[in-house]
Amino acid sequence: MTAKEKIKAIEEIARKLRQHIIQMTCAAASGHPGGSLSAADIIAVLYFHQLRHDPKNPTWADRDRFVMSKGHAAPVLYAALAEAGYFSVDYLKTLRKLGSSLQGHIDMLSLPGIEMSTGSLGQGLSAANGMALAGRLDKKDYHVYCLMGDGECHEGQIWEAAMTSFHYKLDNLTAIVDHNKYQIDGKIEDIKNIQPFADKWTAFGWHVIQCNGHKVEDLTKAFEKAKRVKRQPTVIIADTVKGKGVSFMEEKPLDYHGKAPTKEEEQRALQQLCRIEAPKK
Amino acid sequence: MSKKEIATRDVYGQTLLELGKENPNIVVLDADLACSTKTAMFGKAFPNRFFDMGIAEQDMISTAAGLAACGKIAFASTFAVFGSGRAWDQVRMMAAYTRLNVKIVVTHGGITTGEDGASHQANEDIAIMRAIPNMTVIVPTDGVQTASVIREAANFYGPMYIRLSRGKTPVVYENGCEFKVGKGTILKEGTDLTIIACGIMVEKALNAADALKKENVNCRVIDMPTIKPIDKELIIKCAEETGAIVTAEEHSIIGGLGGAVAEVIVENCVVPMARVGVRDTFGESGKPEELLVKYGLTESEIMAAVRHVLARKK
Repeated sequence: MTAKEKIKAIEEIARKLRQHIIQMTCAAASGHPGGSLSAADIIAVLYFHQLRHDPKNPTWADRDRFVMSKGHAAPVLYAALAEAGYFSVDYLKTLRKLGSSLQGHIDMLSLPGIEMSTGSLGQGLSAANGMALAGRLDKKDYHVYCLMGDGECHEGQIWEAAMTSFHYKLDNLTAIVDHNKYQIDGKIEDIKNIQPFADKWTAFGWHVIQCNGHKVEDLTKAFEKAKRVKRQPTVIIADTVKGKGVSFMEEKPLDYHGKAPTKEEEQRALQQLCRIEAPKK
Repeated sequence: MSKKEIATRDVYGQTLLELGKENPNIVVLDADLACSTKTAMFGKAFPNRFFDMGIAEQDMISTAAGLAACGKIAFASTFAVFGSGRAWDQVRMMAAYTRLNVKIVVTHGGITTGEDGASHQANEDIAIMRAIPNMTVIVPTDGVQTASVIREAANFYGPMYIRLSRGKTPVVYENGCEFKVGKGTILKEGTDLTIIACGIMVEKALNAADALKKENVNCRVIDMPTIKPIDKELIIKCAEETGAIVTAEEHSIIGGLGGAVAEVIVENCVVPMARVGVRDTFGESGKPEELLVKYGLTESEIMAAVRHVLARKK
């Protein structure tokens, strides 16, 4: 496969993930489509290009670790795990249903391939630091990735953790911020401004890479660059659009932060994301 | 004749050091209190496996969870108020919900923290830790038992909250102690009433039982270091055999040992019961022994509770 074909294939997967997100949240009649759609390209690049992992051996000691700190974006991670082969794609429709392993927010004990339970925001980076420290102690060369939301960076613990990553010079850790500029109550800049965002990370001693969070090629380059940075943690601030890929969600991101699409909206969204058939019945 | 006294936190530091030599998988985290919690001893011996996280308890607990998720046995220490209260959500989310091998070993539990005052006196920590599913909650009785508890913690898989004291505490187990999670111990046989105690109140319960003998009251005394899972069988047996219960703890009467015992009594074997503990109030600065008197954590308070319950028994 040429590099171009590879990019095309990942883009195709991202589109599939978006379709799953719409179908899953619609079937569940709840969930967080907006912040899942914004992270779809990041997750596609991670699971189908960047991460060293083996769906047939989810506890492989040398696997890379991924912590989804923004645990409400569970649908995009479940979709990626299913597409990667951790469990059947058909199981995705059980999202948020009683007895399902696909909990509303991520639960590491109920699903293979999940490294940490999240949902209470702000904790993932600390856990990722712990994994990176363990990797160093065990002389393993695995890499740890942690995806956070930009609104999530209101949480003080993120900055506690940012100091920890810097202090221990965790170059086996890459943080990614899904910078979609919205939180549930409104625009982040209106609720509580996080700017100057990149400068904050720089001031905390991090190497900062900014990229387009919907361009597969940009993301792959950013991840590769991040791995080359030594004796310093790297954060990739991925510029994204909340609800990306579905026009009416992009236009009204606040309506779809924590609200599922209706049946009719599902059809419209799938047409936009299409080239696969809408669900039967 | 004064009894031998040992600080449980000193034993913790020493035991961690021994465990560190035996098990390379043990890592220790602290939040800028390593000299007080005594984890500094481990830190000095095993600098690579020791992480002083600074004044960041929440970060400490979640980092410990990350280490545990990669197979480490993570001991995380700070003062009881911070390990339970400041980091409660992190304990709930990343140590308990995940059932990871995180041992939260805190010092400066209870009112005997003393001069630092109410902000530093954890009188609610057992209640809030006990409410979390998957958590095991232990209050060691003395220095001897603490060594056994810490060793057991390293062997036991899963999250644990272990509460130690600031000051020196009298040795109850002069002839050694084999601690088992979830098991209470009958320290003194008796037929009229059972005093169930934990932590520093165990020795006071034994003293109260001795003094009550002169009043022809024959008290049984139970050491109950595991608050969760509570030794239900032993509580029911004691309620049935002695017909009355008094609990004694250096903690609020709400939700701690007294609460746990009351839950068992009410649902299984209703007998008169009283709880000795801090009565739903904050503490204040003072010497530990002064505070124990002012806040009703004394032998005479236990004796009064016993008399009160016995009157209800008749």
